[in-house]
Amino acid sequence: MEVLVCVKRVPASGGTPQLTDDGQRVDTRNLAFTVGPHEECAVEEAIRLVAEHGGAVTVLSVGPAEADEQLRYAISMGADRGVLVETGADELDPQATAAAITGAVRRLEAERAPFDLILFGNESPDAGNYQVGVRVACALGLPIVGGIKGIDIDDGARHARLRRDVPAGVEVYEVSLPAAAAVKEGLNLPRYPSMRGRLRARKAELDELSARLPDAGAGTGAGDIDTVPSEIAIGRGGLRKMRLRQPEEKRTETVVLGRGPEAAPAIVDILEELDMV
Amino acid sequence: MLVLIEHNGEVAASSLEALTVARAIADDLGEPVEAVVFTAGTDADPSGPTLGGVSAAEEEALRSRLERLGVSAIHSVAHPELATYSPERWGESLAQLIRRVEPSAVVAAGTDRGNEIMAQAAARADLPLATNCSAVASAPPDDPGATSQNGAGAQHWRLTRVRQGGMLLEDAELAAPVALATIVPGSAEPNDDATHDSSGAARAGQPMAVEVFEPRFDDAFVASRLVERTTRDAGVSLATARVVVSGGRGVGSADGFASLEELAKLTAGAVGCSRVVTNNGWRPHSDQVGQTGTKVNPDLYIACGISGATQHWVGCMGAKAILAINTDADAPMVDRATYAVIGDVADVVPAIVDEIHRRAH
Repeated sequence: MEVLVCVKRVPASGGTPQLTDDGQRVDTRNLAFTVGPHEECAVEEAIRLVAEHGGAVTVLSVGPAEADEQLRYAISMGADRGVLVETGADELDPQATAAAITGAVRRLEAERAPFDLILFGNESPDAGNYQVGVRVACALGLPIVGGIKGIDIDDGARHARLRRDVPAGVEVYEVSLPAAAAVKEGLNLPRYPSMRGRLRARKAELDELSARLPDAGAGTGAGDIDTVPSEIAIGRGGLRKMRLRQPEEKRTETVVLGRGPEAAPAIVDILEELDMV
Repeated sequence: MLVLIEHNGEVAASSLEALTVARAIADDLGEPVEAVVFTAGTDADPSGPTLGGVSAAEEEALRSRLERLGVSAIHSVAHPELATYSPERWGESLAQLIRRVEPSAVVAAGTDRGNEIMAQAAARADLPLATNCSAVASAPPDDPGATSQNGAGAQHWRLTRVRQGGMLLEDAELAAPVALATIVPGSAEPNDDATHDSSGAARAGQPMAVEVFEPRFDDAFVASRLVERTTRDAGVSLATARVVVSGGRGVGSADGFASLEELAKLTAGAVGCSRVVTNNGWRPHSDQVGQTGTKVNPDLYIACGISGATQHWVGCMGAKAILAINTDADAPMVDRATYAVIGDVADVVPAIVDEIHRRAH
């Protein structure tokens, strides 16, 4: 089976994110980049599914040229090939991102084989728009369920069962393939890349496409964008980021109750006060 | 303005918040608020707040409840295919209703399901969607030319979105013929008194209209099918517990959680953990608190051996009070906690358990 996984290059932020002066993005000068935990699980799942059912794993990323680093990471885990849709440094809105992915999928499917399963992370760790996967699936006419933590493929019947946690329990959905799923961390435990995988990834040739928004001042007709054959025509969506800012944090002075087990009575005093014991 | 109501006979708390936010915007615009309720089928859903499958009696209770909440009309979405949940069918229904009613905006709760249905509806109606907003207001654009490609009839909205689980806020502009937004849970104090608008004027006491809307699905409609649903044992859940006893790397092993389990039992709380713990296989992922796990808001969060990385912090920052137990006095969790104990979890937690037992006698 042919599996496509969509990944996003995001800052690996451990602490409070610092912003650039214009408030347009997280200051990443001292940060590494990564794919989010949900998407790492998506890559792992794709590799396992292909190991079991045959086929190939393609990883696709829409973003800056540097996103090749994330594609290579996925290849080092075991993905077969990487496709970079270069859109420049600025973050696209979710409609434009979905259009770029949809355009790329159509091209890849025309050139090669159709995908049986397209996996997304449930939401990106940075923008968290919760919609790119759904928009792509709708444009391609695929069923999609989000929050997925279990995938079973019934190869013969061309069905998949998708499992997710909901507040009160577990739901299982059945979809006909081809289908899409937006997955969550907990789906599996992603492997660490092997040394051989890393070497392979370093040498791997990536397929490169690009997608451009119409220039801010230029006309908005879609017809004049698609002048370069490898370029995917996309339009700007209706959601426009103005600026990022830090929320006000209520800082409270920490009351240190003590050191080691001697602090137990003070803790239980608090539990009693809160009527918890 | 439409508000998507998640319910299980009773209006979900998250939808009540969304309704509160929507009512404030609608009052500013001088518009009524209308509810969208999925009522099809008799497949009563035991799994908590949903949108479908209520009995006639429950539906009646829901109607009078919504009327008291200042809703002027209900769009009751009904179709045999909607008896069980399907993201595609529910989203398509909402998209069709949007085309029929042509509202100024549609607001829903920023829950997993609310975001899923709104994303489906947005994709199908070809509209932008702003998810997890903490504030939404109608506003004229700064630069009228900037969003001209959205065509005539586009309205402009200013909103604030929550990013990175709440570590950052994004001020954004939305230009669309119909604004779609979901409201992040915890961003509004749900207002039960809807008899007056925000200016204090009494609302017109007109009887609420109920309009049944039947969507159409063609035979080739592509949708996933909900084939199985299991309900968890009605124990203390992470999301609703008053106390969460949570462990991180400092707990040291799966066995190290025994004393945390005991403390949780004694306080009628739930056990949680950090991402390191699930990655090490010490606890199941369903116990994970954090950006990629569960977001909790207990009265007390006891963080045992958790350093407090951003990914974890955004999952527990909604707690009313935090007690950090950590060997590192400089750990971010200790710095942000209400109370702290500097020490090893393996010594401190059993001592708490002993102290509780001692006082019980």
